Amino acid sequence: MAAYETQGFKLDNSGKRVVVDPVCRIEGHLRVEVNLDDKNVIRNAVSTGTMWRGLEVILKGRDPRDAWAFTERICGVCTGTHALTSVRAVEDALKIQIPENANSIRNIMQLNLQVHDHLVHFYHLHALDWVDVVSALKADPKATSALAQSISSWPLSSPGYFRDIQNRLKKFVESGQLGPFMNGYWGNPAYKLPPEANLMAVAHYLEALDFQKEIVKVHTIFGGKNPHPNWLVGGVPCAINMEGAGAVGAVNMERLNLVKSIIDRSIEFTEQVYIPDLIAIAKFYKGWLHGGGLSSKNVMSYGDIPDKANDYSAGNLLLPRGAIINGDLSKVHEIDLKDPEQIQEYVNHSWYKYPDESKGLHPFDGVTEPSFVLGPNTKGSKTNIKELDEGGKYSWIKAPRWRGHAMEVGPLARYIIGYAQNNPEFKEPVDALLKELDVPVTALFSTLGRTAARGLECQWAGRKMSYFFDKLMTNLKAGDLNTANIEKWEPSTWPKEAMGAGFTEAPRGALGHWIRIKDTKIDNYQCVVPTTWNGGPRDHKGQIGAFEAALMDTPVAKADEPLEILRTLHSFDPCLACSTHVMSPDGQEMTSVKVR
Amino acid sequence: MTETFYEVLRRQGITRRSFLKFCSLTATSLGLGSAAAPRIAHALETKARTPVIWLHGLECTCCSESFIRSAHPLTKDVVLSMLSLDYDDTLMAAAGHQAEAIIEEVKKKYKGNYIVAVEGNPPLNEDGMFCIHGGRPFVEVLKETCADAKAIISWGACASYGCVQAAKPNPTRATPVHKVISGKPIINVPGCPPIAEVMTGVVTYMLTFDRIPELDRQGRPKMFYGQRIHDKCYRRGHFDAGQFAEAWDDEGSRKGHCLYKMGCKGPTTYNACSSMRWNGGVSWPVQSGHGCIGCSEEGFWDKGSFYDRVTDIKQFGVEANADTIGKAAAGTVGAAIAAHAAVSALARARNSNSHGQPEKEGENQ
Repeated sequence: MAAYETQGFKLDNSGKRVVVDPVCRIEGHLRVEVNLDDKNVIRNAVSTGTMWRGLEVILKGRDPRDAWAFTERICGVCTGTHALTSVRAVEDALKIQIPENANSIRNIMQLNLQVHDHLVHFYHLHALDWVDVVSALKADPKATSALAQSISSWPLSSPGYFRDIQNRLKKFVESGQLGPFMNGYWGNPAYKLPPEANLMAVAHYLEALDFQKEIVKVHTIFGGKNPHPNWLVGGVPCAINMEGAGAVGAVNMERLNLVKSIIDRSIEFTEQVYIPDLIAIAKFYKGWLHGGGLSSKNVMSYGDIPDKANDYSAGNLLLPRGAIINGDLSKVHEIDLKDPEQIQEYVNHSWYKYPDESKGLHPFDGVTEPSFVLGPNTKGSKTNIKELDEGGKYSWIKAPRWRGHAMEVGPLARYIIGYAQNNPEFKEPVDALLKELDVPVTALFSTLGRTAARGLECQWAGRKMSYFFDKLMTNLKAGDLNTANIEKWEPSTWPKEAMGAGFTEAPRGALGHWIRIKDTKIDNYQCVVPTTWNGGPRDHKGQIGAFEAALMDTPVAKADEPLEILRTLHSFDPCLACSTHVMSPDGQEMTSVKVR
Repeated sequence: MTETFYEVLRRQGITRRSFLKFCSLTATSLGLGSAAAPRIAHALETKARTPVIWLHGLECTCCSESFIRSAHPLTKDVVLSMLSLDYDDTLMAAAGHQAEAIIEEVKKKYKGNYIVAVEGNPPLNEDGMFCIHGGRPFVEVLKETCADAKAIISWGACASYGCVQAAKPNPTRATPVHKVISGKPIINVPGCPPIAEVMTGVVTYMLTFDRIPELDRQGRPKMFYGQRIHDKCYRRGHFDAGQFAEAWDDEGSRKGHCLYKMGCKGPTTYNACSSMRWNGGVSWPVQSGHGCIGCSEEGFWDKGSFYDRVTDIKQFGVEANADTIGKAAAGTVGAAIAAHAAVSALARARNSNSHGQPEKEGENQ
C-alpha cells in the first residue's frame, strides 16, 4: 500500500519519513509522521493521538447531575464547554427547561470561553509558527512604533515602549537561558515577517499573557472559578438578587458591572490588538496558502448559542448549524445527532476493537474496547515506537464520519457554513477581510484561513457577549430573577429510563455528548469531540482525517525543522485530552484492560 | 527578561538597602551568621535562574491554564525572570526531537539543580502506553527526567492523587507521581486545578528560600492547605445561625446563606479558596452559589454525589456534627509530622553548614 488516492489526495509513503513527537503548544499528546518526496513536499501524513483516559467508563453508574464536573475535566483549556454540553444532554434526556436568565448567563460564559481560548491560542500556542522571536532583536523601535500606530489606536505603541521590550528581550537572549524559546526554529526561511512586525508581535504576546487572566473573571463571577467553573443541571448555580437584603451574597449590580467592564475590555483588546495583528501578519503570509485539507470539501457545525432558552433548532442558534459535503456550498445539509445513520465512529485504524469493524457505530450504541496492537510494518518496539504503520491501528482517537464523510470542524467550518448560508454576521466580515488582504474567497481554504476565521470569531463572540448581557439586564428589569428550574432536580421525579443528546460549538468545533439514564444513574455516556473529528485516523475505506488532509502537499523548507507542519496542525488548535475517550455501551466493565 | 533575582526585586521596587537586609535575615535564619550575608547577596545578584522542566501526563491542562492566570506575580515575570521554563509542552516553541534534546541538555548541565513540575500522571496499564511521549511510555520519561532533579512539584489533583482518570474503576491505572518516584522531595499542590497564586506562591517560595515549604502528611504545603474551607468561609456565620439554602435559587440562595445542605464539601476540604479566592480574588465557588466539590482532597470523585451532604444531619446540632467531621479530618493533619527533613533537604544539599527552620508544628491544629 505504498500509494493510493482518497478524497482527492494522492497518498504516497515511499519518501523520507519525518516524525514529530511530541507536537508541543497544544493541549494533550499528539504525534505526527509525514513522508516527504525528493522536493521536500509532504506526500503522506499520519496523525496519532497518544493518550487515553477512559472518562466515560468512569461515568457509568454515577449521578447524571454530577456528569458535568467529570466531563468538564476532559479539557481544562476549553474549560466549561464539556460541562455545558453535559448539562444540555441531561436536560434533553429528562426534558428540563431552563430559565431565560440561565440561558443568557450560559451563553455569556460560552462566548467568554471562545474569546479567551481564541486569544490565547493565537498568541501563545500559534504565534511562534509565524513570528520569529530572535528576528525582533533587529527591529528599529521607531519603525515598529510607526507600524503599530498605522494599524491600531492601541495606546501602548511608542518607540520607547518597543525599545524597552526589545532591551528586555536582548538581555534574555544574551543570558543563554532561553526558557520556552529554546531550540525554536528561529531564522527558518519559512518565517516571513520583517523584524518590526516580529517585535510588535512579541510585545503583544506578553500583553496578551497579562490580559487573558482578566477575561476569565466572567466565569469566576458566575461559576466561582476558572479553569473549571461550576455548572448546574436545570440552570446556573448563581442566584440573582438586585435589591433585597442579602444581595451582596448573590449576583448583584456590582457583580454585573464587573461582568460588563470585562466584556468591554475584551472587545477592546480583540479589536485593537488581536485583529490588527492578525491582518498585519496575514499580509506577509498571503502567498502561503497551504493547509486547506478538507475545508474546501467537507465541513460541519452543530451550531450553538441559542437566542431564546430551550430551543436548539437551527433557526434559534446564532452560530450556524449544518454540513457541507463535496465542496458544494449551495447546499447546507441538516444535522440530527440522534439519527443512527448520520454520525458513526470507526476503529479500523484506532487502538480499539469492534465485533464487526466493517461498520461504524452511532454514539448511542458505541463500543469501546482498547486494543493496543501495532501494524506489521511498525519500526521499533511496542514501547519504543520509531515509526508507526498507518496500514494497521495507529491512534487512540477513533475516526468519526458524518454520513460516511470525514469532516473538518472548528471556526473555519462555522464561517464557511455561515458564508454559504449568506448570514451577514459571518459573510460580511469575511468579505471585508478578503478585500483588505486582496485575496480571492478560495484563500479561506488554508491554514491562514483557519487562523483568520478564529480571529473573526473572537471578535464576533465579544460582541455577542454584550448582546446577551443586555438581554440579561432587560429580563432583570422586567422582574424575572430566576436562574434555576428545580422541578426535576430530585431523581424520584425522573422516568425509569431516558436518553438524550447535548451539543455545543467548542472553540475547536462541534462537540456532542450522548447519555442514557437508567434507574437514576448513568447507564451509558459518550462524547464525540472536535479533535476526534479533526485529528482522527483513517477509516475502513482508507479516508484520511482533517489533520492528515491539511498536511498533504505542503512543501517543507527544512526537513529537520517541522515549522510548516506545526503551523498547519496548530491552526486547528488541537485538543488531545478531549479527543481520546471511551465508552462501554452496555455498562460492562473494561474486561480487556489489563489490571496488574 | 533575563534579569537575575536581584534585578527582579529592584524592578519591583525593592531598594538595595532592603535587598541587603533581606540577605542578612536569610543568612541568620539559615544559621549562617551575618558573615554569610554578602555571599548570599552575591549569589542572588548573579545566579542563573533555576531551570524547570514541566511534564504532562494524563491530564486536561487545567493546571497550566490556572498557572498563567497568576496575578501576583505575573506569569510572564515568573516564566521569563524568576525561573527558566526550559521545557513545557504547552508553551515551548520547539517540538519533536528539538524539544526532547532540551530535557537531555538540562539534565546534564544542571544535574541536581533543576525542578521537575509534573502536570497529570502516568498510567501503568498497557505497559504505560495509554500515555505515549516520543514513542515511549510517559512513565519512563517521567522517571528519567526526575532522576537528576533537585525537587519535584506535583501540580494539581492528577499528579498528587490521580484525579478524574483515577476515579473508579481507573481503567488506565493512572497513578500519582509520588507512587512511581522515590528518593526526591515531592511537593503535592492539589486542586482541580490549584489556585493560580498558590502555584506561583509555592514556586517563588522555593526560589526565594531555596527550600521546599513545610508539608503536611499528604505532602501539601501547610501555608496554603493548612485550613478547612469551612473555617474561613464568609458564609460560616449563616451556618452557625442555622441559615441554609435549601434548594437552587430559593430565598436562602439569593441571600447568600450556607450551602451545606446543597452538598458543600467545605467542611472536609483543606484549601485556600475561602481566604485567597480565585482569579485575582474576584470570587470563589461558594461565593458564586455552588458548594465546594472538594477538588483538593484525595479521591474526591468517589465520595458520592457532589450534591449529597457530607453526612446526614438534623438542622439543629449542625455545628457539633460538622465539627466532628472537621475534627476527624483535621486529626489526620494534626497527627501528621511535617516532612521536616524534606523541608530543609534542599538547603542542606547546597550547604552542609545550614539547617532548617525551627519546628513550628501544631500552630494550625
